[in-house]
Amino acid sequence: MAECHPVGFQWVLEAKARGATVIHVDPRFTRTSALADLHVPIRAGTDIAFLGGLINHVLSTGSYFADYVIAYTNAATIIGEGFSDTEDGDGVFSGLDPESRSYDAGTWQYEGTEVAAASGHRDQQQYKRLGKGSSPGSKSGRGESHGSGGASLQGEPERDETLRHPRCVFQILRRHYARYTPEMVERVCGIPQHLFHQVADALVSSSGRDRTSAFVYAVGWTQHTVGVQYIRSAAILQSLLGNIGRPGGGIMALRGHASIQGSTDIPTLYNLLPGYIPMPHAHEHETLDDFIAADSAAKGYWGDMRAYMVSLMKAWWGAAATAENDYCFDYLPRLTGSHSTYETVMAQQAGECKGYFLMGENPAVGSANAKMQRLGMANLDWLVVRDFSLIESATWWKDGPEVESKQMRTKDIGTEVFFLPAAAHTEKDGSFTNTQRMLQFHHQAVEPQGDARSDLWFMYHLGRLVRERLAASTDPRDRPILDLTWDYPTKGPIAEPDAEAVLAEINGWDAHGQPLASYEQLNEDGSTACGCWIYCGVYADGVNQAARRKPAGEQNWVANEWGWAWPANRRLLYNRASADPDGKPWSERKALVWWDEEKALWTGHDIPDFTASKSPHYRPPKGATRGEALSGVDPFVMQADGKAWLFVPSGLTDGPLPAHYEPQDSPFRNLLYAQQRNPVRQVFPHPANRYHPTPGERGADVFPYVLSTYRLTEHHTAGGMTRWVPYLAELQPEMFCEVSPELAAERGLEHGGWVTVVTARNAIEARVMVTERMKPLVVDGRVTHQVGLPYHWGRNGYSRGDAANELSSMALDPNIHIQEVKALTCDVRPGRRPRGKARDRLVRRYQRRARIGTSTGTEM
Amino acid sequence: MGARTFISGWPVYRQLTGDDPLGRGAAVKSEHSATLQPRVRTASKVVKSVCPYCAVGCGQNVYVEDGPDGERVTQIEGDPDSPVSRGRLCPKGAASLQLTTGSSREYKVRYRRPHGKDWEDLELDTAMDMIADRVIETRRAYWQDEAEGRYVNRTMGFASLGGATLDNEENYLIKKLFTALGAIQIENQARV
Repeated sequence: MAECHPVGFQWVLEAKARGATVIHVDPRFTRTSALADLHVPIRAGTDIAFLGGLINHVLSTGSYFADYVIAYTNAATIIGEGFSDTEDGDGVFSGLDPESRSYDAGTWQYEGTEVAAASGHRDQQQYKRLGKGSSPGSKSGRGESHGSGGASLQGEPERDETLRHPRCVFQILRRHYARYTPEMVERVCGIPQHLFHQVADALVSSSGRDRTSAFVYAVGWTQHTVGVQYIRSAAILQSLLGNIGRPGGGIMALRGHASIQGSTDIPTLYNLLPGYIPMPHAHEHETLDDFIAADSAAKGYWGDMRAYMVSLMKAWWGAAATAENDYCFDYLPRLTGSHSTYETVMAQQAGECKGYFLMGENPAVGSANAKMQRLGMANLDWLVVRDFSLIESATWWKDGPEVESKQMRTKDIGTEVFFLPAAAHTEKDGSFTNTQRMLQFHHQAVEPQGDARSDLWFMYHLGRLVRERLAASTDPRDRPILDLTWDYPTKGPIAEPDAEAVLAEINGWDAHGQPLASYEQLNEDGSTACGCWIYCGVYADGVNQAARRKPAGEQNWVANEWGWAWPANRRLLYNRASADPDGKPWSERKALVWWDEEKALWTGHDIPDFTASKSPHYRPPKGATRGEALSGVDPFVMQADGKAWLFVPSGLTDGPLPAHYEPQDSPFRNLLYAQQRNPVRQVFPHPANRYHPTPGERGADVFPYVLSTYRLTEHHTAGGMTRWVPYLAELQPEMFCEVSPELAAERGLEHGGWVTVVTARNAIEARVMVTERMKPLVVDGRVTHQVGLPYHWGRNGYSRGDAANELSSMALDPNIHIQEVKALTCDVRPGRRPRGKARDRLVRRYQRRARIGTSTGTEM
Repeated sequence: MGARTFISGWPVYRQLTGDDPLGRGAAVKSEHSATLQPRVRTASKVVKSVCPYCAVGCGQNVYVEDGPDGERVTQIEGDPDSPVSRGRLCPKGAASLQLTTGSSREYKVRYRRPHGKDWEDLELDTAMDMIADRVIETRRAYWQDEAEGRYVNRTMGFASLGGATLDNEENYLIKKLFTALGAIQIENQARV
């Protein structure tokens, strides 16, 4: 955090100054470790085992926050009889279909009911119930294609608040985590038991009624074949400790880009519509009603999904969207599986995807297996790159590694490339959503020079030009584009669209065109329009709330008059949980919101994330639905049962509980289960995307070292915004590789000299940095070396070097399709890498030595 | 200049006789340094902004000066009012003046024709027309009414991969336009 989010880290140090204990768990010793009370080196890729050890500790010592757990989590809920755990399946849950390599989540359900997930793979179970059959594309990992028969949505989940029922979540957790002992943590993660106990004791003693602990992770946690289950492990632990929805608690994702939260909320993601509404999948004869029925929940705020969805389509298609035509629901394209960026790369190579827009993104450096990215781009008809400078993704056709090694010749590459210079944040109006869901508006200071334009300008005018060309078309396929509301006002010498007008559409308006103030005003009858329901209120009263800048010193510590946070400007999600079931703060020092008996309202320092007038003693009448169905003690209002999910009955593709699996490339067998890797991870067999052998197989020891990638303070992701900036290029002038003195001695590496790092994908070179910050760990009795590589570099700009992502493979988490780049294996050898064709020859030699073939490492 | 003024002009003299014996303040100021002004003093306006790098969201003050060639950004500093950052910026944020005004930024459209050996010049308007044509052609050529017997109403012909330092309003138009065109392979850095 000190390295990559240094200004945010000031608050950690404030907390430390006030007595907080700061623990840093990381394979490397960094600037964060230097300021922490405790640094815990860990083998990359083993966090589920470590967190599992902590969960086991909390459960077996009775250190959980019992009142919180019983009232606010699904610990008491009873799971159906058909469920069997990894305990019974030696590492796999019930419902695994080896043929399609996917789970049928049917047996993971609550007894007596079915619930829809608030996020993730939402229509997993529900489609069966509708009798609509399956959807194609088992590779999507969507459970709907193999769901079980449907229990009624109307049922109430059975609960046992004594937590004794053998099938209640609490007891399932106990059994599941029993094997995650401190001894096992030591063997798997390389964390000595005394260090583990220090962490456990600090965490437990700083959680409960009077104290809270926070988890902070950088999104490297997501970059594993089990990424989602990493986060889930933290969620289980924090829920057991009562650290969610309370001040000083939570799980904080430190995201690395100015508006990466915004680009998920208003998603440029294949599987989502704005506000986390799922993109529709292809089904036979699907209507809007079917879609809503499959994806919404009977209870909780997702019960109002129809209002959000209809309002979105009204924002997009205006008057053309009517009740008679299902508000243009048929205009939406349909999914048939996963269409993530990695599937797109495969489709490009297969010749099925011929055009590509890159807007502020540099996959030739930043995406896993950089060569695969370039091979995809080399097979396009056209490529549009919009950026500040000539990044590697714009110039690979003349100077990329494959051109250098003569694997490709420029004159053979048919890709037409347009490079369009982009405008900077100082040259345009717009809002960023920071990592705490807060929108902040930045104002234009000057006009962009030359051909530089904002992406807002580019998209608006591209849409205008396309619509002009199609204006006379009678083809029904063109209706969605011709009926689109696309009349944004423009201003200034370059006809820049008015960003506030776009923000106003995102916020939404009523039938009279008046700005809406809250998503609770959205209707399902087409009388409201709203481009992103969770952002509804950001333009309340016609005022740009994201541009509010009341100085910090002039308001309370929550500071909710600075910018605007979704939903409804609430700064801490699920903050009803900061009060006890009766509505009183758990303790005075941890008070945030509470029930004011006299006024019969929720009040407090923050805006309550709860219906303001709903008493803690409210219990829903029988048959209640949506928000009304949540009781006064259901703080997790987006969940169908209002509870924090220790066990996830619906929405995940790889299990209702986290289980430790080894990374795709690992030097160790899984010590916890016979199942080596996540059985439903996604792999892409391809000559340029080979995987390493499974430990124990012949040739596995060819890649003996653990490799992890990371960022530096002075550079940003794939370098497009830093390697061309002289100050930053000077501060971090070239690619390097961190190794321990022990590894340097073992392989003859010299500090300041060169090292070649090799995987089955490629070989790169870097300057050697020998440092005690990289500590060899003892894993399962064996000394294990870890190698650290920053991944910012490419061949262009002022600060240059080989890209770390030449080494990584495309192996993905099955829920979110994110690549595993934080835990790989490699070999290191002194000296520079070979040039020209010799580079490929070296990699092929390694492949032969390791006996790598088409199917290596792809087994379930 | 008299001898007395000459002597008193020496920093060491002022250091020994004045109230700055360590020579860390007034004693060592030259006429030049005494009359120096912060770059932000001459700004014609200060524009409120947000750092474009990571997702902490530090506040920035952007100083703009009006000159003969129009307005230009002369300095970017942390915004002390921000409850997020309290005026601080990290090395990247502090370098954002160079990011936005540095000489390595491109300001001209570049074009590489199929099989071409090098970049060529292209007018922005021409490039936009050509891209619009490509989108329409590719969309048509790779259109699918159905896939595996089911209604899909889409094109798999083109894809988009965006960064995550784009504005919400920009992302909104990307998603809206490309979805209306039937494209589904719309992705961003959040996946990566």
